[in-house]
Amino acid sequence: MEIEAHLFRHEAGRLVAVLARLFGIQNLALAEDVVQEAFCRALETWKFHGIPTNPAGWLVATAKHQALDVLRRERTARKFASEYQRQLESEWTLKPTVDEAFDGGGINDAVLRVMFSCVHPKLREGTQVALILNVLCGFGIAETAAAFLANTAAIEKRIARAKRTLAQSGRLFDIDSADDVTERLPAVQRAVYLLFNEGYHSASRESAVRAELCEEALRLAHLLAGHRLTATPGTHALAALLNFHAARLPGRLDAEGSLILLVNQDRSQWHAGRIAQGQRELELSAVGTQLTTYHLEAAIAGLHAQARSVAGTDWDGIVSLYDALMRIQPNPVVALNRAVAVAQRDGPARGLEEISRIEDRKRLVRYPFLYTAIGEFELSLGHLAEARKSFGTALGLARSPAETRFLRQRLELCAGGERRLASAAG
Amino acid sequence: MSEFILLYRNTMEAHREAMGSPEKAQQSMTKWRAWMKEMTEKGQLKNVGQPLERVGKVVGGKSKSVTDGPYAEAKDVVGGYSIIEARDLDQAAQVASGCPVLETGGSVEIRPVMQMNL
Repeated sequence: MEIEAHLFRHEAGRLVAVLARLFGIQNLALAEDVVQEAFCRALETWKFHGIPTNPAGWLVATAKHQALDVLRRERTARKFASEYQRQLESEWTLKPTVDEAFDGGGINDAVLRVMFSCVHPKLREGTQVALILNVLCGFGIAETAAAFLANTAAIEKRIARAKRTLAQSGRLFDIDSADDVTERLPAVQRAVYLLFNEGYHSASRESAVRAELCEEALRLAHLLAGHRLTATPGTHALAALLNFHAARLPGRLDAEGSLILLVNQDRSQWHAGRIAQGQRELELSAVGTQLTTYHLEAAIAGLHAQARSVAGTDWDGIVSLYDALMRIQPNPVVALNRAVAVAQRDGPARGLEEISRIEDRKRLVRYPFLYTAIGEFELSLGHLAEARKSFGTALGLARSPAETRFLRQRLELCAGGERRLASAAG
Repeated sequence: MSEFILLYRNTMEAHREAMGSPEKAQQSMTKWRAWMKEMTEKGQLKNVGQPLERVGKVVGGKSKSVTDGPYAEAKDVVGGYSIIEARDLDQAAQVASGCPVLETGGSVEIRPVMQMNL
């Protein structure tokens, strides 16, 4: 019997969350040690005796057993979670309390509490995301650093500091308080969104781990969408957006790992199940009066995901959604995406015009997609020299091997066209 | 064919390294399963053996003093054992060279089981 990929990692985050709930957030390190010990036992016994029929259940049972041990042994020496102080003191209530914390609903509840706690207002956004990845997604320090393309020592320091902040906060975030949830939910949604983007924009064959970030973000988004207090229209919109984007992941890279533009992607490779899931979430998001950026981004991604071809895409609809997005969140990246949609609807010359009218275009000077878009428009117009110049600038700014390869191909295309023109003229 | 006991030795450090993250632990486990399966399919594995706890006690000397063990000063600890069948010590060593414990800096001690040839 084989176990599901990443089972340990997925279970690690869930178990750490439950134990942090019982032990108190000040004992997060103890929770992590207990989980590591449970995995150690699994590793040692499974490699000799084979994998049990319910591996996840085995891990949960082992962690629970050890939690009881620790709670009994250290209840006089340590201060555990204050909300459970009394239940954990007496043998009468200890076992039922631990059982309840470890049942399915109890685990999800604990994961949400820890997720909200990680998005602590004192922590920077990047640190919040790294912390979530380490604590809740079971990524080790080195794996977290690899995911962020960051230095291991730097990430280790950042996470250690963040954990001290959590420990000092004294208690886990209270998920039952509707007011507190409403106040912090936008930051939690944003952390999930950033986690997804981190993986999406640089997923490549060289760094398979980065595509896994998208999976993790999707998992957390579904968790938020499944809880009474966090399943707001905005959360459903976020889940829809991530599903639509994730559906297109398989078509984003070619066999060599080079980036493929949306217009050239093989749409049959897109994940139909995820598109359907995105559609369901989008419908759930369409209640109430609050229109979030996630609603608009999800609607745009939905139109792309459902179109059978570039020509069959509702570009008019996409342009008006970008118009709405510009009204609630005006920024040059949105404006650039809008220009690309306008070019699809009205032709490349109009696209160039829109780009030249982007107000704070200066902020995009280090953004390779700006020059890629200009290059594409110039290429469509047959302005080979201009296109080559733009692709060249983009190449200098490329952030991943996939982008670099794509831009090299574009440059060759321009050079080939110019050679043909020259020989025809000669 | 003769029998050999494989003693899997590992330092605490290497053990922690293999356990560095849940993903690494799972990969390590998968490698062990694959290796055990390979030995089984080739008919080399006589007895899969047992994993051993990393704690214990040692009773030593005439005074029968009991200390916590296994051996505080030892660099590596036996984490488990298996029994295999092989033609000779060389072939047994060949089989042991596939053991995943080697990848994290551990070692495999190969000891022929003494035969009583009457």
